[in-house]
Amino acid sequence: MSNIVAQVREKVAQGQRISDDDALQLFKSDDLFGIGQLAAEVNRKKNGDQVLFNVNRHLNYTNFCVNQCKFCAFCHQAGEAGGYTYNLSEILNKAAVANAAGATELHMVGGLHPELPFEFYLRMMATIKANNPQMKIKAFTAVEIDYFAKISELPVEEVISELKRLGLDSTPGGGAEILGAEVRNQICPEKISGERWLEVTEKIHNGGLKSNATMLYGHVEKYADRVDHMSRLRTLQDKTGGFQAFIPLAFQPDNTRIPDAKGPDGIDSLKTLAISRIYLDNFQHIKAYWVMLGLKIAQVALAFGVNDLDGTVVEEKIGHDAGADSPQELDKSEILRQIRKAGKVPVERNTHYEQVKVYTAEDSDGQND
Amino acid sequence: MVRMTSHDQFAAIQSKVEAGQALCREEALFLLTKADLLQLGQLADEQRKVRHPSGQVSFVVDRNVNYSNVCNCKCRFCAFYCDEGDESAYLLEYDEIFAKVQELVEHGGTQLLMQGGVHPTLTIEWFEELFRQLGQRFPTVQIHSLSPAEIIQIAQLSSLTVKQCLQRLQAAGLKSIPGGGAEVLVDEVRKAISPNKIGWRQWADVMEQAHELGMQTTATMMFGSCETDEQIVEHLFRVREIQQRSGGFTAFISWSFQPDNTDLGGETATGCDYLRVLALSRLVLDNIENIQASWVTQGAELAQVALRFGANDLGGTMLEENVVAAAGVSFRMTQQQLIEVARGAGFTPVRRTTGYDVLEIY
Repeated sequence: MSNIVAQVREKVAQGQRISDDDALQLFKSDDLFGIGQLAAEVNRKKNGDQVLFNVNRHLNYTNFCVNQCKFCAFCHQAGEAGGYTYNLSEILNKAAVANAAGATELHMVGGLHPELPFEFYLRMMATIKANNPQMKIKAFTAVEIDYFAKISELPVEEVISELKRLGLDSTPGGGAEILGAEVRNQICPEKISGERWLEVTEKIHNGGLKSNATMLYGHVEKYADRVDHMSRLRTLQDKTGGFQAFIPLAFQPDNTRIPDAKGPDGIDSLKTLAISRIYLDNFQHIKAYWVMLGLKIAQVALAFGVNDLDGTVVEEKIGHDAGADSPQELDKSEILRQIRKAGKVPVERNTHYEQVKVYTAEDSDGQND
Repeated sequence: MVRMTSHDQFAAIQSKVEAGQALCREEALFLLTKADLLQLGQLADEQRKVRHPSGQVSFVVDRNVNYSNVCNCKCRFCAFYCDEGDESAYLLEYDEIFAKVQELVEHGGTQLLMQGGVHPTLTIEWFEELFRQLGQRFPTVQIHSLSPAEIIQIAQLSSLTVKQCLQRLQAAGLKSIPGGGAEVLVDEVRKAISPNKIGWRQWADVMEQAHELGMQTTATMMFGSCETDEQIVEHLFRVREIQQRSGGFTAFISWSFQPDNTDLGGETATGCDYLRVLALSRLVLDNIENIQASWVTQGAELAQVALRFGANDLGGTMLEENVVAAAGVSFRMTQQQLIEVARGAGFTPVRRTTGYDVLEIY
């Protein structure tokens, strides 16, 4: 074991929080196994052998976006070929298909559409909920919430309470990218600042909704930027306790506009997940998002402190437009197999991280139950 | 009798490995099925360091040329083969092969990995003439070609013993033999997945005879179809035993069955499965110098992780690959990407020959 891992292990054993510098040293260390084993121990204490997944469906309602972030291969400017916006009946159809397929969650994010009024989103929320009352709706990043406040000229608090009243159950953690201004100016200069993202997220939490927190890594950022990012999240979590999962997103370079950025390699991804588990002592869940990591690395990450394998997904567009070569969806049976083959116990969860079902070794995917 | 805990059992195995003692089958099975993945990986990583203290990770610039897809074997895991009369059946002309090798040379390539189907009619003269002409035209390219199943087919069609066949091919320019077609070296598995292919003893026999003639070879394993954990272990020990007798294996390469478009179908091995098999191969095969990571079947990210789970080599750049691609997996890597993968894992990338001599350090 390397010195830095030994030091951090000692702190963790004494229940001390590790410092930003500790995290930075871990990133610089090549002690892959020491870091992984410590993360696995920390995770075992928190979550035992259980690995969570959910049965969800993604719905990217539009790819038009007034922002043109350089890391994004999904966005289209108004009038650009390839742009689309689903109308309400298309959205309802997709939601109905998801519901019929047993999805317990609809994961809905889109671009910042240049013309749609806030009323469109309210109507979308209300009609999806009315037609699928038992399906949870996880929708709208802090970036979208901020945008809705601008176009409606309402306070953020009111935007959140209106959406919540009509059916919003939680929010995803997107748009965080790297919170530090220097990196943000390079990769997404038009997007709200890191400070604003945190401010809106705090209001989301205070409004009674949980959210996740993401981190887009493997482009122009340095290790110190990742640590700074996690530090801000840890601070906000101390304040609100509103984050459910931390989700590092592996940058996918295809069709994007960041020169020379290649995306993280496999070892970097495993280390990043493991270090986040050790550093973010106030987060219960660390998620390996297989759409971006690939299924193989996401599964191996379960040995590096990860306890959440995301969901069945279905029809993901954002990562795939940027060249992710993972499948478009996973069967529940395949998720169960991946988790079991990693020596863990699969547990289906809902949007609120409540247990839906613990799968014993004998359980099939439940479709014949 | 006191039952050892999993922790004690691992510790006992670890001390054996660290003392340089060979593992037994039971210990290998424990490592494959019960050991903690990271402990297993770390132990394999340490043994890789002992054997390759330089911290170099090697690769070869090569090209696969599949001279024909016509094959008698019709293995159930294969999505590449054709019958002779099929519309998509082909046999490359010499000139087509030369054009492909010319491209390889232009890319700085040094290894030609030529394999076909097990062709129903091609006799030794076709190969002898091809190898002679290749040698004259491309003296810097090593002919690393023809797996044991093909060697046996050529010998039979040409009424030669395996030894005579190998000697003639060697005289014509065949320098070394790839370890393909090993699948799982247990006949029960072979009957299920490749019933028309040579048995494990014939595979071993070709390899041992080649080694005796001074030809180096590699050994492979395709796992994840229908074999048991015990059969994976048996495969590794059989390879180890062949190596003890004849000593000509330069490298061991495991890859996982890819089910798309195959008769067998089903699932592919997971990332954890692959890393376990890979790490175990480093520990069991203490008499084989090089363990390859298979980016062709696992992708660049997991292949990189494999470099910390016992592998020290990234195989070839594979200017052309058809067989795995036919089964639905088409990872592609350039030489520069291989270099970056090795560097990203903290290693010094080196370009090597087929015989593992270093040609260039990056």
